[in-house]
Amino acid sequence: MKRTLTALTLAAMTALPAFAQDEEKTLFFYNWTDYYPVELLAKFEAETGIKVILDGFDSNDTLLAKLQSGGAAYDVIVPSDYVIPGMIKDGLLMKIDTPSMENYVHMKDAFKNPDFDPTHEYTAPYLWGVTGLAYDSAAVGGAEIEHSWKELFEPRPEFEGKIAELDTASDVILAASLYLGIPQCTESNDDAKRILELLEAQAPKLKMYSSDSTVDRMASGEVAMYHVWNGATARATAQRDTIRFIYPKEGTPMFRDNFAVPANAPHPENAKIFINWMMAPENAAAVSNAIAYANAIKSDEFLDPKWRAMDAINMPEEYAPRLVPTMDCGPAARELRDRIWTRLKG
Amino acid sequence: MNIRRFPLTREISLLVLVYLYVPVVVLVGYSFNANRTATVWSHASLDWYGRILANPTIQSAAKNSLVLALCAATAATVIALLAALATSRAFPGRGGVEAVLNTPLILPEIVVAVATLMLFVALGVQLGLGAMILAHTAFCIPFAYLPIRARLEGMNQSFGEAAQDLYANRFRCFRRVTLPLLWPGIMAGFTLAFVTSLDDFLTSFFLSGPGTTTLPVYIFSSIKAGITPEINAISTVMLVISVLLVSLSFFLGRLRR
Amino acid sequence: MTGNPALRRLGLLTPALATIALLIGLPLILLIWISLLQKGGSSGVDWNAAPSLGNYIRLAWEEDFDGTMILNTSYLVILLRSVLQAALTTGLSLLFGLPVALWMAGLSRGQRDLMLLLITIPFWTNLLVRNYAWLIILREDGWLAQAVGSVSPIGPIPLLYNDLAVAIGLTYSFLPFMILPLYTVFEKFDWRLLEAAHDLGASRSRALRRVLIPIAMPGIAAGSLLVFIPCLGAFVTPALLGGGKTLMLGNIIQMQFGASRNWPFGAALAVVLLALMLIVMVAMAIWRNRRVR
Repeated sequence: MKRTLTALTLAAMTALPAFAQDEEKTLFFYNWTDYYPVELLAKFEAETGIKVILDGFDSNDTLLAKLQSGGAAYDVIVPSDYVIPGMIKDGLLMKIDTPSMENYVHMKDAFKNPDFDPTHEYTAPYLWGVTGLAYDSAAVGGAEIEHSWKELFEPRPEFEGKIAELDTASDVILAASLYLGIPQCTESNDDAKRILELLEAQAPKLKMYSSDSTVDRMASGEVAMYHVWNGATARATAQRDTIRFIYPKEGTPMFRDNFAVPANAPHPENAKIFINWMMAPENAAAVSNAIAYANAIKSDEFLDPKWRAMDAINMPEEYAPRLVPTMDCGPAARELRDRIWTRLKG
Repeated sequence: MNIRRFPLTREISLLVLVYLYVPVVVLVGYSFNANRTATVWSHASLDWYGRILANPTIQSAAKNSLVLALCAATAATVIALLAALATSRAFPGRGGVEAVLNTPLILPEIVVAVATLMLFVALGVQLGLGAMILAHTAFCIPFAYLPIRARLEGMNQSFGEAAQDLYANRFRCFRRVTLPLLWPGIMAGFTLAFVTSLDDFLTSFFLSGPGTTTLPVYIFSSIKAGITPEINAISTVMLVISVLLVSLSFFLGRLRR
Repeated sequence: MTGNPALRRLGLLTPALATIALLIGLPLILLIWISLLQKGGSSGVDWNAAPSLGNYIRLAWEEDFDGTMILNTSYLVILLRSVLQAALTTGLSLLFGLPVALWMAGLSRGQRDLMLLLITIPFWTNLLVRNYAWLIILREDGWLAQAVGSVSPIGPIPLLYNDLAVAIGLTYSFLPFMILPLYTVFEKFDWRLLEAAHDLGASRSRALRRVLIPIAMPGIAAGSLLVFIPCLGAFVTPALLGGGKTLMLGNIIQMQFGASRNWPFGAALAVVLLALMLIVMVAMAIWRNRRVR
């Protein structure tokens, strides 16, 4: 009896740490909503035995709020480039040392030393895209329009009353700044005044401000011009082939979304397995094919020819110099942005 | 001439019913739309219902919403019923008590949601279903309380008094006399609370944790590209479930009478 | 159960009062405190800031882009617009809700229950999805717009992205919150009172005005409150159906807790909204008391 008890105790003592080391086969994945094909999660589970529980967020601000609250423990998150330095500084991310991962070799060289995480200590690239200008070429008889923000802010008569502008202050004010040659995140009152004047002149020519149903509004022909993301444009183009996308020459804001692991992640080992798995070319391409955004992995051979033919997804090399990384504005710039927006729509 | 029939009320009511149901018909109709773009009709198809079956995210969101609404509305209705019984007769400070009970109504939801998030974080409460049930119960209380209270206000107290005069004890009197008379108010209160919780976005948005995304949170964060018929399909499924639930509770309510 | 009515009352009230105090009252105190702080850090609140009224002053006065202090009417305009929109919606809900509740009260028990069911069913679907349905119904190449266009003497009328669309959407969202409390009152109304008034020679409309409306007052008050207040904070419907050209109170509060990351200012806006609601409620209470006396 006593021996049994000792054996049991011993077994319990040895079993406990072993149990703690062997992570539960679960992964809490927190990504932008509709930014990951659910079918791929089933494939991941089949190959690794890890069950992924997917939750969605709508903006970097929401992600930040959840992370800073400390009350919600996710394993893999998808922050955009510009919020990452702040997250690292606040100690919100865990080091994952991406270059040590097996599939790191598949990463395109252009993505290897990003400004926001120079040695990929904390992040691995997911998808990237731009915020540019989409228009329906049928509205101008199939003609090309100028690759400039001018077409949005001082539209030609064919587009007047048929334009949708994004309903987010940051996107609209950034585009206006690029058009006017004003630095991103300006804190100058004079600049703010010029931006407001431009936007006030533009407002009567707009049909609406809207950040929702972007694909639907273009595909159904409800609007003929949209200040919008390239991926949404591509999805709309797949339904209405007269839609074109332009990368404005004054500067086209770019966003690079990345995988990262929160400092309080309950299953960090599973997170690393997932991130490595996502860098495999066929898996990266499966995401791009479903979501219509380009990835950072050498996977072009697996890319759907439908997307490969579109400028919106497969950006022509000569536009690369136009890309402008988005910055995380400081409190003063954010307040100025707020004041412009409130005046515009007050 | 019947004094209880007012001219035009019937016509207006039928018009209101049309107004209420046209969007529902559109919503259900477009769930059978083959086109991915929710606003463009191409041809009929059941694809989107198939997609729900293959989408664990949307399924768990729907399940989370139902569990949350059921727990929060039940808790809120019980709490509100007790409070309504206590405030049915005048006492010093009744006005103040009622004002306190109704505060969730006069607070903008975003404010309470953010403030609750900060409080929970300060107290170390784990975000997730538990946190959401607590917060939802609190803001559902007035939705349950008001109809019960309104029902009690004009209810003839003399029935209860008569029953007590006839030596029914207080509990028996409550169960046999007050409760049946109060039942429509309780059902209205529960329904309001349930609908309010089921449709809540902001509080759940701030308080949801890993694996506890609710349907409204899922829908609201997926509107950037546009609502897909998949969302119409899951809404239709939820509608059918809810109608069954409500019909059941009404049926039970009538049995009790 | 105890025989002491005061003690019994306290027991019945404790769960409700405790829940509200802990989950509403405590956060609210935190909120008022935050509204006196300053924005800061990445989380949105500088917890070490000295309390000040700066956020409240900013609501009406601000430094212009050229450096002078000016009266900023933007927030006042937004406030006024939100109040008008909410009042319009409450009015419309009452206009349509009252006849429906009256008609329902006159039905047989079974029919009444069926009507209750019919009125609540549409609200078992998500607010956004319902608004989306309106988007489809009101769109400019939709059947409704074409039908209106073919009978209207001035040609097609835009149904979407204007105040009318927002009013239709908001009324749709909150109508049952008006009908249900009204119905609850009418349902237990003793109709013999009305018959008596009528028999005593009061005209139908007079009987209605002098007997029915006073009795309906608690229902009207509860319904109006339930419609007006969520309306005041609404931002999804206005953004979706109104085309997003103007801001509502809900939008700017939401903005402060989102992209602007200025929680203290958001909290101040919320406290102002709260004060406004309190004024409305106190006014309503005084008015009701005067009527009773």
